[in-house]
Amino acid sequence: MHLAAEEDRVGVALGVTLVDEHILEIVSDSGEGAQTCGQMFADLCARNGNGIWTVEIIPAEIEPPKRSRAGASGNRIRIGSKPVANAGDSADVVVAFNDQVLYSRIDAGALRPGTLVFLDGSWAFHPDDEIVRQYREAIADFRARGYHVVEVPIERECLKHVEDARKGKNIWVLGMLCAMYSLDESRVRPGIARRFKKKGEETVQKNLDLFGAGFAWGLENLDRRFQVPAQSATQPMVVMNGNEALALGIMAAGMEVCSMYPITPATSVSHFLAANFEKTGGIVHQAEDEIAAIGFALGCSYAGKTAVTITSGPGFALKTEFLGLAVMGEIPLVVIVVQRGGPSTGLPTKIEQGDLLAALYASPGDNPKIVIAPATIEECFHFIITARKLAEEFRGPVVVLSDANLATGQQPFLKPHANAAWLAPPIDRMPWEGSLPPFAWDPETGLSRRPIPGQRGGEYILTGLAHDEHSHVAYESSINQRAMRMRSRKLAVLKSALRPPSIHGEPEGDLLVVGWGSTLGAIEEAVDRLRADRLRVSSLHLRFLSPLEPGLKEIFQRFRKVMTVEVNYSDDPGDPYITPESRRYSALAQLLRAHTLCDVDCWSRVPGNPIPPGSIERQLRSELAGRESA
Amino acid sequence: MNGAKKDWDFEPHAPLHVLDDYAGALPRWCPGCGDHAALNAVRRLAVDKQLPPERTVIVSGIGCSSRFPHYMKTYGFHGLHGRAFPVACGVRSRRPDLHVFVVTGDGDCCAIGAGHWIHALRYNMDLTVLLLDNNIYGLTKNQTSPTTRLGEPSNTHPRGAVLAPLNPLTVALGVTNTSFVAQTVDWSPPHVYHTIRAAYEHRGTSFVRILQRCPHFSAHVFDEALHDPSRILLMEHENGIPLDPAVAARFPNRQKHDPRNLDAARAIAARDDAYPIGLLYRNADAPCYDEFTSQGVAMTQAEKLAAIDAAIERFAI
Repeated sequence: MHLAAEEDRVGVALGVTLVDEHILEIVSDSGEGAQTCGQMFADLCARNGNGIWTVEIIPAEIEPPKRSRAGASGNRIRIGSKPVANAGDSADVVVAFNDQVLYSRIDAGALRPGTLVFLDGSWAFHPDDEIVRQYREAIADFRARGYHVVEVPIERECLKHVEDARKGKNIWVLGMLCAMYSLDESRVRPGIARRFKKKGEETVQKNLDLFGAGFAWGLENLDRRFQVPAQSATQPMVVMNGNEALALGIMAAGMEVCSMYPITPATSVSHFLAANFEKTGGIVHQAEDEIAAIGFALGCSYAGKTAVTITSGPGFALKTEFLGLAVMGEIPLVVIVVQRGGPSTGLPTKIEQGDLLAALYASPGDNPKIVIAPATIEECFHFIITARKLAEEFRGPVVVLSDANLATGQQPFLKPHANAAWLAPPIDRMPWEGSLPPFAWDPETGLSRRPIPGQRGGEYILTGLAHDEHSHVAYESSINQRAMRMRSRKLAVLKSALRPPSIHGEPEGDLLVVGWGSTLGAIEEAVDRLRADRLRVSSLHLRFLSPLEPGLKEIFQRFRKVMTVEVNYSDDPGDPYITPESRRYSALAQLLRAHTLCDVDCWSRVPGNPIPPGSIERQLRSELAGRESA
Repeated sequence: MNGAKKDWDFEPHAPLHVLDDYAGALPRWCPGCGDHAALNAVRRLAVDKQLPPERTVIVSGIGCSSRFPHYMKTYGFHGLHGRAFPVACGVRSRRPDLHVFVVTGDGDCCAIGAGHWIHALRYNMDLTVLLLDNNIYGLTKNQTSPTTRLGEPSNTHPRGAVLAPLNPLTVALGVTNTSFVAQTVDWSPPHVYHTIRAAYEHRGTSFVRILQRCPHFSAHVFDEALHDPSRILLMEHENGIPLDPAVAARFPNRQKHDPRNLDAARAIAARDDAYPIGLLYRNADAPCYDEFTSQGVAMTQAEKLAAIDAAIERFAI
């Protein structure tokens, strides 16, 4: 095989190339375990002290047809010497269990000429001539496309250890990868033992054998190996994906009820909780539908224990009537939306940031509520703790917008320690101050305390009807105006307590990129590449979407151009019928335009995948070029 | 008293509650509405059982019947159309100390909220459920409800309802883990009271359907049964609803029915020649979902903190 020669450095084994970072993909038919392999490999790299970011490649079905492009399943892992905050551009190495699943990655634009492809070569010996022909044609095509294809007898090697190679290839490949990336194989073995413990001693041993065989094969046969030097962490770290971080955040916030209905890609939060929540005294209620899930959570919150409900776009749509009731009745509630592709059923396993405006507005009438969006895995953990506190302090629902990119992406971060100040206070059972109404709105702030069932003298009837401070149904027109004002005022009060967002880069310049959610790493990497070329580009990333963080207009005015980069739909200028008047902007751009009266532009895409930093970089360069030529 | 501070919370005796303690806003239901009968019975039950108002929660949906909580002076939750059940279950989930009632109507329970109704019966949490069934949508002014009789005209079916009505009793008795199903009629206040009382005393979800009339839109629907008491089938049994002699005398058509007999209950519920009243079914041993949802309510902060750290530790590198 041929590779652009890199200088081997002293102290590194012969044939080992040192690299600052590498992007690796492992892809198989669904059910062959490439995801498990990828997760274990990523975990190993993180333990090794490398920065990582992972993206799961998930098919839409559980067991789609074998050797089909749509059935590809696996993982992308970006490994770095420094912390990594996004999935990067094209892959350096792809391990594919068959030729057809590799095509799905080519279709997704994941490869480039020069990408090193390790393809299972066992297909060349398949009894079905048609498959052999397909395989031969594919290899020729891959080479014509400029990939360096290495045929690896994955299946044939595995069959030396197991009868069904479909259940073993992933661990054999894990061994090979450990050899390829010069990782300490002894650190993997306990993880394998843990992973397969439930399936019995025999299975554990088989997998250890497979792993060892893959590792030995790699050492013996790979003529090119890599090392991504790691920095040993100075502080204790953890590594997990965003949904696990959300689940731990729920536990650390002292919440006791997660009420949900299964929906991709949110459900794995409740899987983790279902297995672990009881240890912190909590329960997962799997409701009969999305509406009941939020209703149950709201009932629990009303009775004194702020609950969380977790969903994705279609489920959120069903919950919106109850969400309005939480606003109207001022009931604390945490609603987590792990966004996926829309509209309608959309792209259930794919990435999109399409629910921002729904989170803000999708409920009858004016329904002011807090909406926040974590941008990293670490924030997925900490924002839930913040969300519960905000819900209780501001007496209403808090929507936390995550997305499929954060949900399955793994990233290391500083290990948090349980903190008593994060926990929910015990239910107040002291008698209620007799004269105080249930909505004793402070005329300045709109804030009020709420009576909890059990508090004598605080009895009131919560209602979704317009009501006065006694929660009595409003029969006078002035009451509604006042109550709406009080509920709205709370957002202004929260905003007054927020700081303006920090700017990545110089505080003024030619172009400011604004983002939110999981695009943080990709945007900042693109901006950094441009800044390295002395281009005057900066970015800022919003965590509070409602209320918006303060000072935006003032910041925007310091840049010649402001644009958002988002993973949702917007019309491209220049398309037929698209004029400045008819153009539909992306969600955050709409919000910022209305909010700041600044001419905020946008560039957004809905490929179902995270937008690579390279694509953003290209777009920003063309924006700047366009500006110069204009 | 004895120099004790006024806000001293120690009470040697629980306060005695009288009827007025449970009276909330003045009911705004129409005169002659069957809802008043249910309200009076619940207030009487509250006094007789000395329910602490602060630990009583009445959850409702939307409709005339769902205004019920406003007319009680307890905690209440007047929520969304059809959604009383999930809210009530959530209220109960971590608060086994609360007495939770659900008040719903035939549209609220059997149409828009039917899914929740079925699952709430299956959860069998400790709720007292009153279905105030007047066979019509009243608040939105005279539309066909799921229990409107075939041929009965309304604003949505001016030439008469085109479908046979849904039978809430057979539906309830068909749900796995249903534990208490009873029926009563608004024109027999003592029977309404004793039925609701038995429902309250039952551990689990007790489902009581109260046949009643809307004075505006369905005043006539039970005329036949009112004029011909034999159209009412009074179920009696030592384990059934206690009968006042006056009630017994009023309903001559009586049948012994053991409320443990589910098959017999289903057969009686399905009869279309008479309205059965009394206790159709009770299973005091049916498992309650509250036992699952209340797990861990007593956990201490220190236990929680240790468990959170242990959970985080699993991800340590």
